[in-house]
Amino acid sequence: MNIILITTISITIIGLLVGAGLVYVGKKFHVDVDERESAVREVLPGNNCGACGYAGCDAMAAAIAKGEAQANGCPVGGKPVAEKIAAIMGTEAGEVIRKTAFVKCKGSCEYTQNQASYVGVQDCRSAVLGGLTFTSCDFGCLGLGSCVSVCPQGAIKITDGVAFVDREKCVACGLCVKACPKGLIELIPYENHVAVQCSNKDRGPQVKKVCAAGCIGCMLCTKQCESDAIHVDANLAHIDYEKCTQCGKCAEKCPVKVITS
Amino acid sequence: MRKTFRGGVHPDDAKALSRDAALREYLPKGECVYPLAQHIGKPAKAVVKKNDPVLVGQVIAEADGFVSANIIASCSGKVKAVEKRRTISGAMQECIVVENDGLFTETEGFGERRDISAVTKEEILGAVKAAGIIGLGGAGFPTHVKLAPKDPGAIRYVIANGAECEPYLTGNDQLMRAEADAITEGMEIVLKLFPEAKGVIAIEKNKPEAIAAMEAACAGKENVSVLALPTKYPQGGERSLIDVVAGKDFPITALPADAGCIVDNVGTIYAIQRAVCYGEPLFKHVLTLTGEAVATPANFIVRDGTLVTELIEECGGIKEGLELKKALAGGPMMGFALTSLEVPVVKTTNGITLLPNDAVAEADEMMTACLHCGRCTTVCPQGLLPQIMAEAVDMGDFERYEKKLYGLDCIACGCCTYVCPAKRPLTQIFKHTKAEIMAKKRAAAGGKK
Repeated sequence: MNIILITTISITIIGLLVGAGLVYVGKKFHVDVDERESAVREVLPGNNCGACGYAGCDAMAAAIAKGEAQANGCPVGGKPVAEKIAAIMGTEAGEVIRKTAFVKCKGSCEYTQNQASYVGVQDCRSAVLGGLTFTSCDFGCLGLGSCVSVCPQGAIKITDGVAFVDREKCVACGLCVKACPKGLIELIPYENHVAVQCSNKDRGPQVKKVCAAGCIGCMLCTKQCESDAIHVDANLAHIDYEKCTQCGKCAEKCPVKVITS
Repeated sequence: MRKTFRGGVHPDDAKALSRDAALREYLPKGECVYPLAQHIGKPAKAVVKKNDPVLVGQVIAEADGFVSANIIASCSGKVKAVEKRRTISGAMQECIVVENDGLFTETEGFGERRDISAVTKEEILGAVKAAGIIGLGGAGFPTHVKLAPKDPGAIRYVIANGAECEPYLTGNDQLMRAEADAITEGMEIVLKLFPEAKGVIAIEKNKPEAIAAMEAACAGKENVSVLALPTKYPQGGERSLIDVVAGKDFPITALPADAGCIVDNVGTIYAIQRAVCYGEPLFKHVLTLTGEAVATPANFIVRDGTLVTELIEECGGIKEGLELKKALAGGPMMGFALTSLEVPVVKTTNGITLLPNDAVAEADEMMTACLHCGRCTTVCPQGLLPQIMAEAVDMGDFERYEKKLYGLDCIACGCCTYVCPAKRPLTQIFKHTKAEIMAKKRAAAGGKK
């Protein structure tokens, strides 16, 4: 009986002491947390992909709360997230254009040949050490899937030796853009379906030698375009997505069918 | 001095194929192609235009910056183009293409023996720089930079690397047999730059003729000696040599000069002698064309810019009944595969190995998961842990790879890949990881500026 009593009392005293200590420490070391920061963090998607330029969603939330980053800074969340953040911060959401990654190469096995067989680490970045290229086109997709391995959404697939991005799954975090050693992937507006599927900057005859689907820089597309949105620079067609009206006339005329529509 | 370094492997050296083939000079028949980036550092700047006449020994591209080197024409004729061409690494690079007139007319000012008894340090360094000499062992570091360390008085050893530990290659063996006196003289010239240093010519014991020739040439010289080393790969690695010669471990982050050593390939030393004594710039070097697939393996003195296909033809082509499965620039341990034979030889190309079987593809088929046997760790001459390093790379933990595992100290010698029973491409993983970490560092440094 005595033992039970002593135990109960001593535990109660210890509990009170520890409680008091915690209250004291809590007050003493109190850090002011911006409530908006945790609210913003709640709204962010939590990918931790780093596409915003900050080290994950926590850092992004802190930056928004401090006013360093814009409400529309998260490419993954898009418009709904931007609006919610704007509501929390009391600012304008700003314009949000949904983007998607796009692989600027069409050179599948059907259109190109391999000039050497590659064995070794199955990673494009390993394969191009020292500039080595085993496909006929020096600029084209190697198809070993460095982009696939970094994509957090599983949105990229290699089909027939060329990477292909699923627009619906892609959240435009841009990790694949950084991973591709050939610099083939670009973020383009989600709405835009007219795009050039080639990155070869060589002149026409040389391109024809290495790939049956490469842009030969013939300028036919520029003549078709009514809104001055497509230009040929360094033997390669480029589309200005702000001007493009997606009429698809360039794609129709393209002799090598390298423009999608 | 120690007997040997730790780790290493004993691959079949296959030197019997070409070791007794005497050096012969090969003059290119067709056009010569000179890539502007043959060395470590900034690519050289072309100083000739299309249709300019060119003579042998003329500087056609100038060093651009301190760590860079001149590029010298090796044939006479007319500049056909300055354009992108495929080079030996497989990449498309800016090259100077010279239409060869077949006469090999030389510029004035070289070939005459000069009196070098009163040559000054500045003159030596100037001659080396003007001659466009770079490390001919393979890495291609500009020699005038290497020969000018912060404190020349602290250098205790100048090592001429004649180990030639890479299997198949025999060019340096032949060079030492034929030009022993010139190499010794070259060594004495380098020693003039370093008053406190001793010259050591390091040769593996599997080259008894070269050792005998060099010993005869060094006889009676106080400052230069020959050191016969056990045959073990990678005996010719810079750090392995310093381990043995200087006889002490030095911090893994240190440069050879910090350990009081300068290591130069014997080919480089020979080139220095030619440049200082004859004013001859570097436009030719030794090259071994060998391998089981080639009809008659040979040791050439080859001119820069010669196409590999021409050399193979000169050797009688591919052996009858065999198929060329793999072509390597360099030997099988450190060399890299060629995607095309229509590429020019550059200053650092010291061997072409043609093989009738593709061991890499065979190994790839047998690859399994890591067995954690630790054999890679026992052979690593750098004392690294390849198995753990590969694990870190797998997990994308580059920071651990760099800071905890010292992965940047990998010299890509290939020993771990050679012994791996699971046939894992370890060396390739490390090469790629190192390249990526260095690229990130450069980007970070650029961002700060």
